[in-house]
Amino acid sequence: MTKQVKQIDRVIIRFAGDSGDGMQLTGDRFTQETASFGNDLSTLPNFPAEIRAPAGTLPGVSSFQVHFADHDILTPGDSPDVLVAMNPAALRANLADIKNGATIIVDSHDFTSRNLKRAGYGENPLESGSLAEYAVHAFDLTGMTVEAVKHFGLSRKDAGRAKNMFALGMLSWMYGRPTEPTTDFLERRFAKVPDIRDANVTAFRAGWNFGETTESFVVQYEVKPATMAAGTYRNITGNLALAYGLVAGSVQSGLPLFLGSYPITPASDVLHELSKHKRFGVTTFQAEDEIAGVGAALGAAFGGALGVTTTSGPGIALKSETIGLGVMMELPLLVVDVQRGGPSTGLPTKTEQADLMQAMFGRNSEAPLPIIAPQSPADCFEVAVEAARIAVKYRTPVMLLSDGYLANGSEPWQIPDVSAMPRIDPAFATEPNHTDDKGAADFWPYLRDEDTLARPWAVPGTAGLEHRIGGLEKADGHGNISYDPTNHDFMVRTRAAKVERISTDIAPLEVDDPSGSARVLVLGWGSTYGPIGAACRQVRNQGVAVAQAHLRHLNPFPRNLGEVLKAYDAVLVPEMNLGQLSLLLRARFLVDVVGYNRVRGLPLRAAELADAITDLVEATTGSQDETSMPSADKETVR
Amino acid sequence: MTQTELPFPGLPNGLSGVPTADAPQNRKEFASDQEVRWCPGCGDYAVLAAVQGFLPDLGLKRENIVFVSGIGCAARFPYYLDTYGMHSIHGRAPAIATGLATTRGDLSVWVVTGDGDALSIGGNHLIHALRRNVNMTILLFNNRIYGLTKGQYSPTSELGKVTKSTPMGSLDNPFNPISLALGAEGTFIARTIDSDRKHLTSVLSAAAAHRGTSLVEIYQNCPIFNDGAFDAVKDPETKQDAIIPLVHGEPIRFGAPDEGGRGSRGVLRDPGTGELRIVDVAADGSTDGVPADALLVHDAHADDPATAFALSRLTNAGHLNQAPIGIFRQVEQSTYDDLARDQIATARGEADDVGNALSGLLHGGDTWTVV
Ligand SMILES: Cc1ncc(C[n+]2csc(CCOP(=O)(O)OP(=O)(O)O)c2C)c(N)n1
Ligand code: SF4
Ligand SMILES: [Mg+2]
Repeated sequence: MTKQVKQIDRVIIRFAGDSGDGMQLTGDRFTQETASFGNDLSTLPNFPAEIRAPAGTLPGVSSFQVHFADHDILTPGDSPDVLVAMNPAALRANLADIKNGATIIVDSHDFTSRNLKRAGYGENPLESGSLAEYAVHAFDLTGMTVEAVKHFGLSRKDAGRAKNMFALGMLSWMYGRPTEPTTDFLERRFAKVPDIRDANVTAFRAGWNFGETTESFVVQYEVKPATMAAGTYRNITGNLALAYGLVAGSVQSGLPLFLGSYPITPASDVLHELSKHKRFGVTTFQAEDEIAGVGAALGAAFGGALGVTTTSGPGIALKSETIGLGVMMELPLLVVDVQRGGPSTGLPTKTEQADLMQAMFGRNSEAPLPIIAPQSPADCFEVAVEAARIAVKYRTPVMLLSDGYLANGSEPWQIPDVSAMPRIDPAFATEPNHTDDKGAADFWPYLRDEDTLARPWAVPGTAGLEHRIGGLEKADGHGNISYDPTNHDFMVRTRAAKVERISTDIAPLEVDDPSGSARVLVLGWGSTYGPIGAACRQVRNQGVAVAQAHLRHLNPFPRNLGEVLKAYDAVLVPEMNLGQLSLLLRARFLVDVVGYNRVRGLPLRAAELADAITDLVEATTGSQDETSMPSADKETVR
Repeated sequence: MTQTELPFPGLPNGLSGVPTADAPQNRKEFASDQEVRWCPGCGDYAVLAAVQGFLPDLGLKRENIVFVSGIGCAARFPYYLDTYGMHSIHGRAPAIATGLATTRGDLSVWVVTGDGDALSIGGNHLIHALRRNVNMTILLFNNRIYGLTKGQYSPTSELGKVTKSTPMGSLDNPFNPISLALGAEGTFIARTIDSDRKHLTSVLSAAAAHRGTSLVEIYQNCPIFNDGAFDAVKDPETKQDAIIPLVHGEPIRFGAPDEGGRGSRGVLRDPGTGELRIVDVAADGSTDGVPADALLVHDAHADDPATAFALSRLTNAGHLNQAPIGIFRQVEQSTYDDLARDQIATARGEADDVGNALSGLLHGGDTWTVV
């Protein structure tokens, strides 16, 4: 039959199934097809903390959401247009998120009374009429897969495993995705097991053909490629971009990278990735714990390496004392916190941005350090390079705050031209910098650069510069132990001034206000960039003016931040915490910003946020004569 | 012992790869200008003097020597040596030194730690450093007390120790640092005494020459908070009965000397159970006691650490009046840092342009081009 082709500008699809059903792979493949087709896209994997929760149960459901469009998009989307559910649990776990009228494609094979019960269904939703508001397509995907691959002589179980590829083929047909990337991938991935390879390729093709021939689908959709700036692109997750950024920081500085790390979700992939790049002189050390990981990185930094440690919030708690030592010794050190839901073990596989205070103040005494946060998965690359630049130039630990969403989410990345990337000069000390009373040349480890306030970095092996550093307070200049009160006060202030001085070396905050007349500013940081941007667009599409700005540097803040805040009647600060940036802004600038806070382990929902922005704009416009500032968010705990 | 007297001739020793000095050096060059601030009579002085005296003999470039310490009285050590140094945080020195030694094969890396630093807060790092066998030398100053925090009991204090924090006596069994290190399969494990300059120096030389993690437990007197803890092994009257000297290849004998000047007691190993017993040695021609040729001959190079472990158990856990002194174990094994550097060298292959390689890395995977 000939099918109608319908143009649409964007679609959100969620693949959901049991942890063992290969939904992450399916989503990933669909994403790669979509990327190579030229759509803009954004993805959100969502998986349970358990590796394999009991099959068919709600806790075992794993999903992968992909949003793609013919224009630039900022988020994986709030609510899927299409849900692919491979079993009853996947349907039940995801139904609440999808809009009325959405398309649901289910594998009916697993809708047996046993599985229905396991998922908590009293009756079969495919028969009970409870899905009447949706366009439901129920097929025996497993059965059709087994049938399609039967001539490979696989066991029924192995044959059934290829059902995810059948589903992928079907969806690929529906949205006119190119098929070669997936067939090539399967041939590479299963090159050593020909029957599995052939079964998967066959199931994929069978799914495509089924889509084309079944009477159930009358339309095929077309989402045209998006216009993107000229360049070479690839789809990239935040953790991969971060690892590449660290390698780039090492190459650009000429400093060998040393990673000291202890596995923890969602940061482990950075350790895995860097372990592959020994040819760049990268050493990865899987330590006995987080304390040893950061300790070894700091030891390597003392020896002139680019010392890096990667972890998540609980690991930062363990590393705090050593980071404080790095602050005291003023050595370059990169500390990466891929934040996850907390406190304690919290929601290990979910996202959150509630470690800002820990990054800022989570050490004993006055121990300031620069904090920097990427705003999207691809942005992790540039932020890692920038963190390396600051650490090396200012001889300081730098905290990089990524999060679970950035880590696993992906988007197209325009690959930078390496030859155009700036170099990072380690500027090691090679000569004495001082003359003693007797006129002899000597080396003072705490004699600072006047511009940056950075101290010299003299590495072992440099003759004549032998010196001792450590956690005890040191005298300004010569760096011997000093308990002098005035010196301590001076050193505490100098360490703070050095970090503050970085504000003269970073770009001022830019505000996006197409109307030029907005009276409300939405200010965010980190991974909320996407939802905030999408929400602002929605609000502006309704004719409401709103300004948006996003902080990359959280310590020090850009030097114009105070001015920017004061230029607006109201400032909304959306965060995936209970108001940590809000607290800093109020304390620092005496501006009573309004918090919008959700701590659900998931990215903010753009539509909800758009409503909050609209409410605040209306309240601000209507409250000109009132003295109190409106609150957009009654849930905010102040 | 100088650099050329290797425990394993022909194999890279602990110092190969570290550049040697162009001219002979003296102890003064290794002393920093900082005033030493330990209590009068503290055993740390003697160790510092021994180290300052022996470092020049290593013949290494001073700038390629690094001392990393934790926290405690002993941990002030790096400030007094004119080498590179880091006085870090409590218990973490082995971890910090691991990063340094792994990235810098051209450095001679030393760790200075105390019994609390190494065995309490830093116990985990210590056993993992030993397990990995990173090329560094750890000096464990064991005074069986917390000195810097003014006299609490430590993980090596004897059971029932009365201190400020244990007025009715401590309740936990002490670690035997040598047994612990052998359990972690350390490749060089020795014990020496602060006041025996000659023995201390010879053990330190052997430790430095060993490639891998060397652990040297130094019995160190703290005259302020635990005075006399090691008197039995120091007092000329008692030490011949208290010290069981371990010398590779020699039968293990101690106690009042016989006519031949050899110890009248010795260590016998039950061949069936492997158990060690202290026995009287029969004088020449006498049948009274165990014949000298039946005594255990110390084999520090034995692959199996079982006998070394049994020897370590001859140390009193309570008040010390008997302890084997010397090198318990010295075996050759690959080191973590050498292997890590080898992997990088292999992955690097022929030196190429890393800028180009980086561009290649970033363009890996599925890419597409927008024109
Ligand atoms: C994190 C931390 N906890 C506690 C201390 C306090 N502290 C300093 S030294 C020390 C014990 C040192 O004992 P030991 O290692 O035996 O060294 P000694 O002073 O006896 O040489 C303690 C508990 C500290 N500095 N840091
Ligand atoms: S307290 Fe004891 S160990 Fe510490 S310096 Fe004084 S004598 Fe030495
Ligand atoms: Mg002690």
